Amino acid sequence: MSNDRPGKVRMMQGNQACAEGAIAAGCRFFAGYPITPSSEIAENLSVMLPRLGGKFIQMEDEMAAMGAIIGAALTGQKSMTATSGPGFSLKQENIGYAGMAEVPCVIVNVMRGGPSTGMPTLPAQMDVQQARWGAHGDRGVIALTAKSAQETYEQTIRAFNLAEKFMTPVILLIDEITGHTTEKVIIPDASDIEIVHRKKPDEDPENYLPYRLTDECVPILAPFGTGYRYNVTGLCHNETGFPTNDSHDIQCLIERLTRKIEMYEDDIIRNNELMLEDAEIGVFAYGSVARTAQAVVRMCREEGIKVGLLEPKVLWPFPAKAVFAMAQKVRAIVVPELNLGQMAREVSLASECRVPVHKLGRVDGRPIPPQQLVEKIREVV
Amino acid sequence: MFDYLQYVRQENFPHIWCSGCGDGIVLKALIRSMDKLGLSQDETVMVSGIGCSSRTPGYVDINTLHTTHGRALAFATGVKIANPDLNVIVVTGDGDATAIGGNHFIHAARRNIDLTVLLYNNYIYGMTGGQCSPTTPRGAYASTAQHGNLEPPFNISGLAIAAGASFVARGDVYNVKKLETLIGKALQKKGFSLVEVVSPCPTAFGRRNRMARPVKMMEQLRDTVVSVEKWEKMTDEERKGKFRTGILKDIEKPEFTAEYAKLIEKMRPEE
Repeated sequence: MSNDRPGKVRMMQGNQACAEGAIAAGCRFFAGYPITPSSEIAENLSVMLPRLGGKFIQMEDEMAAMGAIIGAALTGQKSMTATSGPGFSLKQENIGYAGMAEVPCVIVNVMRGGPSTGMPTLPAQMDVQQARWGAHGDRGVIALTAKSAQETYEQTIRAFNLAEKFMTPVILLIDEITGHTTEKVIIPDASDIEIVHRKKPDEDPENYLPYRLTDECVPILAPFGTGYRYNVTGLCHNETGFPTNDSHDIQCLIERLTRKIEMYEDDIIRNNELMLEDAEIGVFAYGSVARTAQAVVRMCREEGIKVGLLEPKVLWPFPAKAVFAMAQKVRAIVVPELNLGQMAREVSLASECRVPVHKLGRVDGRPIPPQQLVEKIREVV
Repeated sequence: MFDYLQYVRQENFPHIWCSGCGDGIVLKALIRSMDKLGLSQDETVMVSGIGCSSRTPGYVDINTLHTTHGRALAFATGVKIANPDLNVIVVTGDGDATAIGGNHFIHAARRNIDLTVLLYNNYIYGMTGGQCSPTTPRGAYASTAQHGNLEPPFNISGLAIAAGASFVARGDVYNVKKLETLIGKALQKKGFSLVEVVSPCPTAFGRRNRMARPVKMMEQLRDTVVSVEKWEKMTDEERKGKFRTGILKDIEKPEFTAEYAKLIEKMRPEE
């Protein structure tokens, strides 16, 4: 993040930056359930939303919070919930519903250690595959990540924009370190922030089909109460929104749910690259671990080891093209992450066996210090 | 004769309910109540969960939201809070609302949010094939209680009253006029209002409990229903095997979305 960008400078933790980003994106409905280490997002929004005429509600459980934001989203509101590992597991049922019914909403997961209740106050990145495959059934998924309070602010806004554009639940994965680190955030002027709103139908209610098949593959759902009366269901449905058992309609629907993300991959995926041009060792790192990796690239270069960094901002859809490009340049790839190789697996697949992929997994609730990654890179060299 | 066509989605008929099912009777009573109150179809949302009763939204020409099992009240809470101008009706069943959705049920009642809940109680999981539910009577047979149900049932209306609902009524599909009146009162109430509708399931419950004929189940309803007024004058002995219908609770208390509107007003910066 550069110091010369215009905006107001503030100090805040990642979780507060998330709340600020949500408000800037136009979020006016939040439903949540207390869980460490994400609760500050709910706490901040419980203060901010009523001041703006928005709605905050603490629900009775995680499933209810997820259900409530879907209900609110169907009235046209931009809606969000926030949680951590165990709560993310509980929300999967209705995240799948939002995917199937194509209801835009944002789910923030401030990752802590698992399995089960695991490590409530310590960081991890163990939910990255759950974000992709946590709910049953086939569909495309968008999941973003952030490594700082600044990026959390920006990525929360982007999560809303992508949700509205592609009519889908969007997941933002940060970890406990990012959520709880207080640091500088530059809040841009509202006029400098790109905000996307979902499309409104341009036909009259008589001719309206909520899930009309178009080349864009993205439906246009009118807010409830605006004269377009239609049905929303988690069952397989046809263009009308009513359940169907027609094999052709079902095949079309499920393929479209995946295609509508795949076909826009190049729009969605964003990566940062650091000194990859001449790199012999490539590092693939995301979230708070990417900050370690940035330092390590410089440390290794001082030692004469040519290291470069590929840092994905979007974990799903997976940046396979960028990984493949890196695999053609480097001699080996190292994937440091706070799990036992969940993304290293994807990196291996995407690199198509061009180069060895080395895992560096840490799961004891501690961050990966630069020295540990440097040692791993020396070992690989 | 009342014209239902304005309110139904004719293209979705015939409906999926079995012969002798009470769900269609509730649907018609609801439509007549909506018509009598002049509820706008554009401004009314029906939310349901999973089960036979939860298929009702597919047949009503309003904004309809068929959700996940047990979660209708959670989705409905989001709809109502986000846009309090909408009339929100929740259609659910005994399994949907008091087993998998039990937590949402008591908390929506406690919160006293302005939702009208029609809970069809048929004492069984009909759609999945007759498994026992939280309201299956002790000793009754179900596909998962083939030796007789060991568990005592929930009193659904009692549960809603205890949890803090502002309006609770029980009706049944034999006494249709009365049911229509109760639904109308529930729709008008500002606050969490429940109408528990006792409705027969000859296919999944009756066949396992010596009441395979729909008419027999209706006759049983006729013979066991007692009005709340009459109930008060009956001895414990006379009450045995009977249940009461009518308004069981009707009080005024702060409603959630109205309280929230006051909060927003209070937070508004001074001009």
